[in-house]
Amino acid sequence: MVAPIVQYKNVRKAFGDVEVLRGINLDITPGEKVALIGPSGSGKTTIIRLLMTLEEPSSGVIEVNGENLWQMKKGNKTFPADEKHLRAIRGDIGMVFQHFNLFPHMTILENCMLAPTIVKKKEKATVRATALEMLDKVGLADKVDLYPSQLSGGQKQRVAMARALMMKPKVMLFDEVTSALDPELVGEVLEVIRDLAKSGEMAMILVTHEMDFALDIADRVLFLNEGVIEEEGHPEEILVNPKSERLQEFLSRFTSSR
Amino acid sequence: MTWSWDVFFNVIPLIFKGLWITLGLTIACYAFAMVFGFFWVFMSRIPWKPVNWLFRWLAEFIRSTPPLVQLFFIYYAWPSIPVIGVALNPFAAAILGLGLHFSTYTSEVYRSGIESVEKGQWEAATALNLSTKQKWLHIILPQAIPPTIPMLGNYLIIMFKEVPLASTIGVVAMLHIANDYGAQYYKFVEPLTVVALFFLLLSYPSALLIRKLEKKYNRRFDKRTATL
Ligand SMILES: Nc1ncnc2c1ncn2[C@@H]1O[C@H](COP(=O)(O)OP(=O)(O)O)[C@@H](O)[C@H]1O
Ligand SMILES: [Mg+2]
Repeated sequence: MVAPIVQYKNVRKAFGDVEVLRGINLDITPGEKVALIGPSGSGKTTIIRLLMTLEEPSSGVIEVNGENLWQMKKGNKTFPADEKHLRAIRGDIGMVFQHFNLFPHMTILENCMLAPTIVKKKEKATVRATALEMLDKVGLADKVDLYPSQLSGGQKQRVAMARALMMKPKVMLFDEVTSALDPELVGEVLEVIRDLAKSGEMAMILVTHEMDFALDIADRVLFLNEGVIEEEGHPEEILVNPKSERLQEFLSRFTSSR
Repeated sequence: MTWSWDVFFNVIPLIFKGLWITLGLTIACYAFAMVFGFFWVFMSRIPWKPVNWLFRWLAEFIRSTPPLVQLFFIYYAWPSIPVIGVALNPFAAAILGLGLHFSTYTSEVYRSGIESVEKGQWEAATALNLSTKQKWLHIILPQAIPPTIPMLGNYLIIMFKEVPLASTIGVVAMLHIANDYGAQYYKFVEPLTVVALFFLLLSYPSALLIRKLEKKYNRRFDKRTATL
């Protein structure tokens, strides 16, 4: 049995009085592709934002490579994580956002080069070569000197993926990365993710409403409902033979598009 | 009293000397205000409520009291306060007083610029593991500051027009020279007209320049689209 790269242990998250996640337990093995599905507002985004350290859990523990994300040990005392501790662990996690969040004041190439250059302090020429290669891989070799505002949504999202990949994360998080796109642009983005999934030893957590896509690339599907993982298992099991009534009801909304 | 062109042309070189003092003082005050504006922004972002409130309140206080009162306080009252009292020369007192006053305005401009940067930009920067300093330097400020350049330029012009206040604590710039001349020769109209002309000559083109900047920075990201 391989040690999990990510572990959620009874993780809860409340915003004010509203408990959004109510005890999440989740192990992810290195290289595993996990699809996270569920109705809007069920807490999918919050789950992955917690791992990206964009939110802090109200209780419970998140571990990356066996290290507690939000607590650090000094001697045999524990302290709340500081910026240094977070940065050390965060290096293994990458994220692609629903709304791209490219840096509008930088070119596509600069977007991809920034973090490796200033965070990892790699040599510029090397980073540049890697970035060009990466952008070529996502089909944007001819756009490298443009600004984000000059790209289509699908192109922006492919840049965002290249940018995140530049940091060589061991776990990549995708938050409904196609849902802000025009329908005809969804395919090109899914294609890039599919290639990544098939070729990579990188673990992925994908929040998605593309059920066929989840069925195709995921090793495991989680159905989240009202802040708890209600059903999980092999994609066929979950998507083709759902057990719980709520999951059946949820999936029935997608039959038209399948 | 009659208008005398002789007097008018005589005072031009005199007052022109004062113009350099006025300009120098404007730039010094402005630099102070630009730099110190960041101080207020960062103090009000400290995630500790008491500090936060103290500095917000202090800035509000300075912003809503007249700069003339502040100048008088710094120049006349401060030196006589035991322990913390410091006597400044008029020029330094003017820089401190006007600079401080205007820093409460520049800080508001910075704040609006910073708040106009989307939350997603911070989050993307976190996801790429940038340090706090790197986020500010590479992501937030480069997006927050350019749109505020026209507003900052406006404050430069306003500052330029407020600098004559410094003559009240004895900074010998244009207005002071004109006043002295008037008191000595009982001729006020000509020297004061020259002062006004100099102000107009500098303010008006600057205002035009700022309007140009405004257009440029409002279209900053669109322009790049247009080059496609
Ligand atoms: N920062 C926040 N403050 C308050 N409520 C939030 C915040 N983020 C998310 N929520 C709430 O938490 C619930 C789950 O949100 P989210 O994780 O985005 O769900 P999903 O991605 O499954 O649609 C929603 O009801 C949402 O309104
Ligand atoms: Mg969501």
